[in-house]
Amino acid sequence: MAKSIFSSLFQNAQKRNRTVSFLIVIIAYAVLESMMRSGNLSSLFTSLLVPMTCYIVAAIGLNLNVGISGELNLGQAGFMSVGAFTGVSISGLLANTVPNDTVRLIIAIISGIVAAAIFGLIIGVPVLKLQGDYLAIVTLAFGQILKSIITNIYFGFDSAGLHFSFVENKTSLLPGGKMLMNGPMGATGTNKISNFTTGVILILLSLIVVYNLMDSKSGRAIMAARDNRIAAESTGIPILSTKMLSFLVSACLGGAAGALYGLNYSTLVPAKFDFNTSILILVYVVLGGLGNMTGTIIATIVLVLLPEFLRSMQDYRMLIYAIVLILIMILTNNEDLKVRMSRFSLKSILMRKKG
Amino acid sequence: MKKLFKKVISAAVAASMAFALSACGGSSGAASAPSQAPDGGTDSGAATAEAEGSPAPAASGATIKIGGSGPLTGPAAVYGNAVKAAAELAVEEVNAKGGLQFELRFEDDAHDAEKAVTAYGVLKDWGMQASLATVTSAPGAAVSQMYQDDSIFAISPSGSSLAVIYADPDNSANPYGNVFQMCFTDPNQGIASADYLAAHTDIGSKIAIIYKNDDNYSTGIYTKFKSEADAKGLEVVYEGTFDDSNAQDFSVQLGKAQSAGADIVYLPIYYDPASLILTQANQMGYKPVFFGVDGMDGILTLEGFDTSLAEGVYLLTPFSADASDDLTKNFVENYKARMNGEIPNQFAADAYDCIYSLHQAAEAAGVTADMSSADICEALKGQFTSMTFNGLTGQNVTWSESGEVSKSPKAVIIKDGAYVGVED
Amino acid sequence: MGFLSYLVSGLSLGSVYAIIALGYTMVYGIAKMLNFAHGDVIMIGAYVAFFALSNFGLPIIPATLLSIVVCTLLGVIIERLAYKPLRDASSLSVLITAIGVSYFLQNGAQIIWSSSTKVFPAIFQSGSVSLGGASISYLTLITIGVCLIVMAALTLFINKTRTGAAMRACSEDKGAAILMGINVNHIISVTFAIGSGLAAIASVLLCAAYPSVYPTLGAMPGIKAFTAAVFGGIGSIPGAFLGGLLLGVIEIFAKAYVSTQLSDAIVFAVLIVVLLIKPTGLLGKKIDEKV
Repeated sequence: MAKSIFSSLFQNAQKRNRTVSFLIVIIAYAVLESMMRSGNLSSLFTSLLVPMTCYIVAAIGLNLNVGISGELNLGQAGFMSVGAFTGVSISGLLANTVPNDTVRLIIAIISGIVAAAIFGLIIGVPVLKLQGDYLAIVTLAFGQILKSIITNIYFGFDSAGLHFSFVENKTSLLPGGKMLMNGPMGATGTNKISNFTTGVILILLSLIVVYNLMDSKSGRAIMAARDNRIAAESTGIPILSTKMLSFLVSACLGGAAGALYGLNYSTLVPAKFDFNTSILILVYVVLGGLGNMTGTIIATIVLVLLPEFLRSMQDYRMLIYAIVLILIMILTNNEDLKVRMSRFSLKSILMRKKG
Repeated sequence: MKKLFKKVISAAVAASMAFALSACGGSSGAASAPSQAPDGGTDSGAATAEAEGSPAPAASGATIKIGGSGPLTGPAAVYGNAVKAAAELAVEEVNAKGGLQFELRFEDDAHDAEKAVTAYGVLKDWGMQASLATVTSAPGAAVSQMYQDDSIFAISPSGSSLAVIYADPDNSANPYGNVFQMCFTDPNQGIASADYLAAHTDIGSKIAIIYKNDDNYSTGIYTKFKSEADAKGLEVVYEGTFDDSNAQDFSVQLGKAQSAGADIVYLPIYYDPASLILTQANQMGYKPVFFGVDGMDGILTLEGFDTSLAEGVYLLTPFSADASDDLTKNFVENYKARMNGEIPNQFAADAYDCIYSLHQAAEAAGVTADMSSADICEALKGQFTSMTFNGLTGQNVTWSESGEVSKSPKAVIIKDGAYVGVED
Repeated sequence: MGFLSYLVSGLSLGSVYAIIALGYTMVYGIAKMLNFAHGDVIMIGAYVAFFALSNFGLPIIPATLLSIVVCTLLGVIIERLAYKPLRDASSLSVLITAIGVSYFLQNGAQIIWSSSTKVFPAIFQSGSVSLGGASISYLTLITIGVCLIVMAALTLFINKTRTGAAMRACSEDKGAAILMGINVNHIISVTFAIGSGLAAIASVLLCAAYPSVYPTLGAMPGIKAFTAAVFGGIGSIPGAFLGGLLLGVIEIFAKAYVSTQLSDAIVFAVLIVVLLIKPTGLLGKKIDEKV
């Protein structure tokens, strides 16, 4: 669409946009972290920080898939789920061997990424053969399958070693054992080792990865394949492997986000990562603007905070949330309003001053 | 297009950040003033109590802040809303007595651990001094540790999984110590059901189980029931499951149970899917004995449900809305007046008992509103582990050190659309 | 219970999916949007029918008609207020708006009618006919029958009427349809009206078979029906019918012969396999790639 023209004509604007995204994250981090350390941040806000960073990372990954690569993915929560349960299990297993929380968290996140990558590879092959809404429904289907499978895994350890069973819980642990994944009850008694700093570092890393990918040869190939598949193919771009790259990176970011998320709560159920969660992340992406990572970050922050600020509305909270969502979609797509808004925008004022 | 998104959104984010930060700064002051609590219902209740001129002796106008969260939106909203309404009702009643005054703030957690933690943050900022924890189990397991860390006493009306009260639920070890339960634990019900069936082989001997395998409560009861049944030599001929995405069609599960010759169908599930199972079994002409647990309570009062279908259903329940004692009658009447004629289920009854038990314990321990939450926590822990409580859901109820409630699940059978107690 | 009984159960469940899927597929065919709020229109239809039957004591046919009228109006209003302003927007924006509408309907229903389940009254006589050893309840027969009638009526409408022809034209090429003097906005409204009317019929059949009415009632059948529509080839009316029936049968067979725990995974796995073999669904049109 207009985006490809945009990106070639406004290279500088794009660069600035990127710098802005890093700046927003770093400044927000500095402010919030210092407030938290000095005890000035409310408990509510503190509790929102880590999940917010998780959703941002997952949404950046999804935006790579949906915005840059042009694939509608309705199963991002599935990758989060894989990452989350892998991360939580690894952390549970290593609780005694690696006593340092930070080291264990890093190991857990990396294993979450690896697990998500493996599943991304398995799923990506069939998914990327399809196009458009058919591709979308297959990602939805894989999301449901992953949820269904994870709901049926029983995995624990005791002094005798690891115990694993599927569908039926045949694991009977010796006293002192611990279930890492207990079917539909998921993981309980997890050590909460996630923290805001790690989340922010993950956001920065995912921005670096995504931006570098966009600038690389493969990134340009990905966008070419999105804008015109046939033209791209005829110039010799290997469509499937190109798209696979972005699908995998997206899955990995989902996995990383999941691991961080899972280790932020003492309990985690597989049902958390259902279709609704996939949709939630997709809403962040669409609202923030396809291909626009800064927008994704801001949209995620706004939409995570919105229901909290609507708490005083009591019963009407989610109703108002829905209305706001619809209005935002309608208003941001309204041509008249766009023209009018652009007059008052910060950027145009700045531009005018400079010129 | 991209630009516009950013503009609208950055304006919004700037505004919301400003709001958030300012709200944080003043959290200890402004937000905790009782008059600012958005809980209209409770406030007015407290206000009328005070207006009636009954001086609150110890509190001198100050109230003890009780928090709590549960699903007020989403698929599980029915449970959260029942707890909220009954707890508000109980708070109004105890306040009207004129003694120790309570103020309740109940937040939505949408049956989600993440939202429950957020709701906990809201309640803590508000200055909660004791709590109803959460309505459902999974969110409960996520916040119990936070209650322990912050030394705030909590009693969950219906969070029945072991993970709500134990940090190590696999071994029933490391209880949080300050998180209590008003309902039975899930395993407790599984054992009670197996005991009952083993003792009453005249009802039937071949058991089919249909449970909801993506639900903590249902799976928790099932797991224990299964192992107890095996240990007691009960014959389980079929086990079927369903989940959120398959909660409508039970023809296969019922058909398999029927072909397996099951004469008892054990349903450790809530009453809404159970009503579908009863209807479909009736359509198939399959008439085994259905045996439910406390989640089955509420089936007779489902709006529109043909209660003749529930004829002969056994269930274990601590509460029955058509009991004839004054306590239950008053409660049911007031609850109906408050909820447009809806009849309370066991969630509501447990929540009502929670407030009353908190009130009893707080008065006995001489708790005052100016005490810190940690002191209140210690005082309440002492009371709860030593007192006996009489409420809607049981007589002579006691609690163990680990927070588990001790009251006996009563087996009842549905006859002519009402519960009839069966002898043990 | 034997094979035949399971097959009948599957067809019965599948017929309900099929009618819902018809609504999905029509809207997709004409407006090229995934209307995720369709399931929630079913929920509204179920509530309307419930109150008509239980509180006003209407017989089943007038109650269904009332439900159809309300849903049709609702469908048109939603389309006018929420989707029409987004006619030129990206399909993803419309998708998110549809999700917003879905949240709105669910939460609105919860506020108005509370979250507790209401039990839909038994509207069809219970009883069954015996066929080759399997007993088929009247309800099952009626469900399958209604589904066939709806499908036939819809096919006739699309193929034999002027509006139907206009709909086909819009589905083929919107630009060309406008040039031919077709009022595309009007046709899209008609499509939403018909799709939502079908949702009302589906709601009555769904609740007759599974008599629970609650605010999130439509969510799961909605997703299943969407899957069914894609399964059969989204945009294709016979495809939606076939997809719905097959999905119902596969779901029941998976539960009966494999595992109740994994039935969902199996249904979706079959879908994936079918799409890999036929990338545009069973009866979907092949997408021609133009250079």
